[in-house]
Amino acid sequence: MPALGADMEAGTLVEWLKQPGDRVQRGDIIAVVETQKGAIEIEVFRDGVLDKLVAVPGQKLPVGAVMAIIRSAGEAPAVPPIAPAHAPPPQAVKPLRPAAPAGAPPVPAPVATSGHVRASPAARRQAAALGIDLAALPGSAAGGAISLADVERAAAQRPAPALAAAQGMRQAIGAAMARSKREIPHYYLSTTIDLEPALRWLEAENMKRPVTDRLLHSVLLLKATAVELRSYPEFNGYWTEDGFRPVDAVHLGVAVSLRQGGLVAPAIHDADRLALGDLMAMLRDLVRRARAGGLRSSELSDPTITVTNLGEQGVETVFPVIYPPQVAIVGFGAVSARPWIVDGAVTPRRVLVASLAADHRVSDGHRGARFLAAIARLLLEPDRL
Amino acid sequence: MTNAELKDAILTALGSVAPEMVAAEIDPKLAFRDQIDIDSMDFLNFIIALHQSLGLDVPESDYPRLSNLDGAMDYLAKKLGLKSAN
Repeated sequence: MPALGADMEAGTLVEWLKQPGDRVQRGDIIAVVETQKGAIEIEVFRDGVLDKLVAVPGQKLPVGAVMAIIRSAGEAPAVPPIAPAHAPPPQAVKPLRPAAPAGAPPVPAPVATSGHVRASPAARRQAAALGIDLAALPGSAAGGAISLADVERAAAQRPAPALAAAQGMRQAIGAAMARSKREIPHYYLSTTIDLEPALRWLEAENMKRPVTDRLLHSVLLLKATAVELRSYPEFNGYWTEDGFRPVDAVHLGVAVSLRQGGLVAPAIHDADRLALGDLMAMLRDLVRRARAGGLRSSELSDPTITVTNLGEQGVETVFPVIYPPQVAIVGFGAVSARPWIVDGAVTPRRVLVASLAADHRVSDGHRGARFLAAIARLLLEPDRL
Repeated sequence: MTNAELKDAILTALGSVAPEMVAAEIDPKLAFRDQIDIDSMDFLNFIIALHQSLGLDVPESDYPRLSNLDGAMDYLAKKLGLKSAN
């Protein structure tokens, strides 16, 4: 079970998409796992032949648990297949049930029907079927024993699945952001960028493009950020137990708000190397999949920095919170027309505020300021994007 | 195509980007953005959906004319050669 972000502790297997004996390649989608971020497609991380499926659909597994065994081509099949010691036994957990919130107080296992709980056999059966923890229920029968009616009452009071999923996501976001504010010494910078040249370039470019290929201005912001990260590696990577680990590739996490509330920030891989049209296509696809379900495991597990654009809502300046284990986040506000001084004369220009929150364990404001200034400069010459 | 069919096509395109939208509750004079939670990506997808259902290519400079239902009806009816929508 891969860690799909720092805030994930467990996931529930929904289905296998490959069968034992199938040849798999790195990047193939092998399974769908339900997490607090929705249903995620799990990619294979090595080439080989699928030998054995260890996890069963409906099973909730902690991060790091073995889900399946893949052998390299030529390697003998594992006979008899042995389930690794740290893979938990299958639990009767219903699929699509949100995972326990990461970092939240430990929640009793859903079907931990401890022998100390007094309950009628019918109540036990129904609780197991519904995934309700008997130990958490008040009993109304003689001696405080739990009756079938108590279980039915608890089932009726449970939040609807959509609401439960939203609560799960809220808890996951809260846990990650609490960790960020607790552990990361943030510093914040902002600068106003003259976006007029970029927007004029974009308007001319979009006149040449069919409606299906048109670009949004946010694509220019993403590209400029990704390109400049190559020169500012101290903002691109992860904070680990051994300190900062920079990453050569730029996997740009893009904050996407979900219609039902909450947000995810999946990565656009190698964003610095993509042509604007390709970056736009990736962004459209990513937003669609973030909202409809179908994000891939690598997109959630490996963003090296995040960009958040709240300009749509008219926000002038974003004060973003770093998503651990990343060490920086760039925010963009709304485009607005302002009196601006160009060559000594006041002239109306469309401008936007770019902001940076970065980790003081890794960088200082001086470098952060240079990074933001470099993004602003690049956007003045959109041809270079 | 009749005006009623055009209205239907517009609301269907809008519903494809904002599934929570209730078509009957859309005020034709209020901006879509003030009634439903859509961003520029959603709006672009709305324009693409219209392009796919009506076969029209709306240039970016005309986007503001489609910001509410009345405006979109007027603009698209003209493009399609229908009689005035209102």
